[in-house]
Amino acid sequence: MSESGVTAPEGRRFEDVAVGDQFGPEVRETSRLQLLAYASVSRDLNLIHHDPEIARAEGLPDTIVQGTLKAAFLARLVTNFAGESGTLRRLTVQYRGVDVPGAPLTAHGLVEQVDPERGEVQCALWLENPTGERTTRGSAVVALPHRPGRAGR
Amino acid sequence: MSIISAGMRAQIGLETAPYSLRIEAGDLLRFAEMIEAGAPWYLDEERGRDSVHGGLIAAPTYLIVMRQLETRAMAKLDLRIPYTNGVDGGSDWEHFEPVRPGDTITATARLADYQERPTSFGATLFQIFEMTYRNQAERMVVRQRDTRIWFP
Repeated sequence: MSESGVTAPEGRRFEDVAVGDQFGPEVRETSRLQLLAYASVSRDLNLIHHDPEIARAEGLPDTIVQGTLKAAFLARLVTNFAGESGTLRRLTVQYRGVDVPGAPLTAHGLVEQVDPERGEVQCALWLENPTGERTTRGSAVVALPHRPGRAGR
Repeated sequence: MSIISAGMRAQIGLETAPYSLRIEAGDLLRFAEMIEAGAPWYLDEERGRDSVHGGLIAAPTYLIVMRQLETRAMAKLDLRIPYTNGVDGGSDWEHFEPVRPGDTITATARLADYQERPTSFGATLFQIFEMTYRNQAERMVVRQRDTRIWFP
């Protein structure tokens, strides 16, 4: 299991991973300032992320955390898990609930399938809000090199 | 009665004109710092050179920076939907090659489908887009499928 928030050592290999392995959790803050900072680097200027009145006029409870910022939280989690030797082949996210600034999100990962022939690991990913709701669900496929001379575990 | 009109169905398959962006190292670094990307090849040019990637590469999801260009290109398709309230429903990114500083990425977006089903918002419309991103060598770097959710 990888340590939270730490990039895996360059030597992570397919044989080091088994179904049921968990990685994370990583706790990420979601302040209004952070949403603004993300808007500036992502060029996502939709006002539902910054203006509470506009957000409420669109039927939302308040400004909401950008979906793609939540995707970036999960991408960081899984690329840290993969380490230098791993390649993120696919990342899928579904936003199942809105998240508002000030409520931290906790990222979790779980190895669900391994494919020795392709050297691929499929993981479930999710973000939990402070009440434990999984407001973002996703999955990832990571390719890891085999350890020379070893069979899969 | 369906919220997906015959006119909407007729627009499925429409594709935008290509839109392009040159990738700058400083923009990649600022994005990676902001999202606190963990790996050095997203954050540090020198350590990126020493890694298996041979240089700085874009953190996953970076191509979101092209969404404004995409929105502008889509506006020209004149897509007609019955609602104005919308949220991002999710994305699926397939990665084929890294995006590097100096690349020019050219994308197109295609309206792939409409679906409808009841949700807590009411009769809800799901609008599916497929984007392809190619580099200057015309090699696919990312294929993306987005779901936009529209509600009354």
